[in-house]
Amino acid sequence: MDCIYEGARALYIQPDECIDCGACVPACPVEAIYHQDDLPESLHRHVKDNEDFFTQTLPGKSEPLHSPGGAKRIGRFGADTPLVASYPYQEVET
Amino acid sequence: MSRNKSIVTNNANGSATPFSEPPREADGRARSARLAVVGAGPAGLYAVESLLESASGVSVDVFDRLPTPYGLVRYGIAPDNQKMKSVTRVLRNAFDRESKVRFIGNVCFGVDISRTDLVKHYDAVIYATGAQAERRLGIPGEDLPGSYGAKQFVDWYNGHPDAADRNFHLNVRQVAVVGAGNVALDVARMLIRSPDEIASTDVPDRVLDTFRNSQITDVHLIARRGPVQAKFTPVELRGIGDLVNADVVIRPEEVLVTDDDEIRISSNRELRTNVAMLREWARRPLQGKARRIHIRFLRRPVRILGDNRVEGVLLESNEQLANEQVRGTGSLEALKVDMIFRSVGYQALRLPDVPFDEARSIIPHHQGRVLDENGRSTDREYVTGWAKRGPSGTVGTNRSDSAETVCSLLADLAARGAYNGSKPEQILTLLSNRRVDYTNWANWLQLDDHETELGRRQGRPRVKIPDLRSMLELSHHSNASGSADKTD
Repeated sequence: MDCIYEGARALYIQPDECIDCGACVPACPVEAIYHQDDLPESLHRHVKDNEDFFTQTLPGKSEPLHSPGGAKRIGRFGADTPLVASYPYQEVET
Repeated sequence: MSRNKSIVTNNANGSATPFSEPPREADGRARSARLAVVGAGPAGLYAVESLLESASGVSVDVFDRLPTPYGLVRYGIAPDNQKMKSVTRVLRNAFDRESKVRFIGNVCFGVDISRTDLVKHYDAVIYATGAQAERRLGIPGEDLPGSYGAKQFVDWYNGHPDAADRNFHLNVRQVAVVGAGNVALDVARMLIRSPDEIASTDVPDRVLDTFRNSQITDVHLIARRGPVQAKFTPVELRGIGDLVNADVVIRPEEVLVTDDDEIRISSNRELRTNVAMLREWARRPLQGKARRIHIRFLRRPVRILGDNRVEGVLLESNEQLANEQVRGTGSLEALKVDMIFRSVGYQALRLPDVPFDEARSIIPHHQGRVLDENGRSTDREYVTGWAKRGPSGTVGTNRSDSAETVCSLLADLAARGAYNGSKPEQILTLLSNRRVDYTNWANWLQLDDHETELGRRQGRPRVKIPDLRSMLELSHHSNASGSADKTD
């Protein structure tokens, strides 16, 4: 599928376009993708937040993204949900 | 001409004339590279998607031996997983939007059309033919009536035309499924689903009738190795635990995780998820549901019992060794079952005239480039999907797999820069001359509409038409002369 969309700092899975095949879970190099049923309690708020990315009008945008039918055509959307945007930046060694 | 020579010829004196730039059509447009994809399953159609994204000047013909696209999405993924089947929304895009992509169905590679034909008429060929056969157990009794390959059952419940004349009598109570992969889970799950659940799927009507009359109470899933060695993906395994109609029965002592296994689990979240699920199921009390699925680890079938038909299976207990292998302990147990399915792996078959690695049951390749017996690229032949990597991964796995193959193909095409000049109608003329009853995308859409309409009337997503003759008729394909003329 092509259902993983790029925000500004995070990636979001379009719930209606995802087919539940699970191919992305082992493919993610930082183990950041969980099947909804396996999501640890501490991350549960991301279920709704992930959905909000598509259904809410995000800062700097005029309308929600909804279901564009393919992430590649959209490219980098350039906005995040308020939850993701609120996370402090982490120091990354390069 | 041997394949080695053909490389030398093309490189050295260019029997295919080398062009410094792509040749032009009569109206001055650059001639596009013409590519053939053999197999319209997910691997083949992801390859088409990748080709269209990466290259503007290509046209693609997608061949399939059936008049229907989607391969295992239509005929492999279990009917109760319509969410995963919805990937067709993406896979169909190329045909719906692009006139330069043609579907040429009901054409069997090696029978109706050969490797030589394709290499002659196309600038490159991608084999996306999947794994058409399945492994056997190799034990006595395997051919008794009541013993089947899982694929026979999967073909049947999914309405594959190969299974149009096949019937399963589910008027038995105890069934064994041998194997520890997602296909084994699919088969076990379909066997214990309630008729009402099956009725919400797209199975053919006669399949639904068979499930309505099922007497099955217990399904025994038999795995040779331990829970950490099982090939289940967590999504599929979870489906077993959530069934409204069946309890999961696991003996806690069989959810055996060795010290070595613990190390594997610690670095693999999918394995951790699986083991956690299995341990939870082993602990939780049974709820007295109508049916049961028993998961048995570390058991190897050594003989299928019965004189005239399956009456049971003799299991030997295995013990784990350090290297993820197992050894029989000699301890035997007879399990009384009336039916047994082996689900120990699909296997690709050799395609006529195409290189094949018998030991690994794949088409030998380097990054998708088909290799001959000397390990050299056969030139303009490529492979993707299960024919390339073996029967592993899920639908989406094919996306990156096909992208790799297409990347190799386009790099070679750019370097070669020679276009063989066959015109789009030539391959259709060749098929017509051979009296091949090929179909096109519009034909499929007719059948698709018909099946969807049947489903609408029954409140189901679709009702599949399972026999080839009806499929062709409903494709409005009777007037063969006017068919498949979606030429550019």
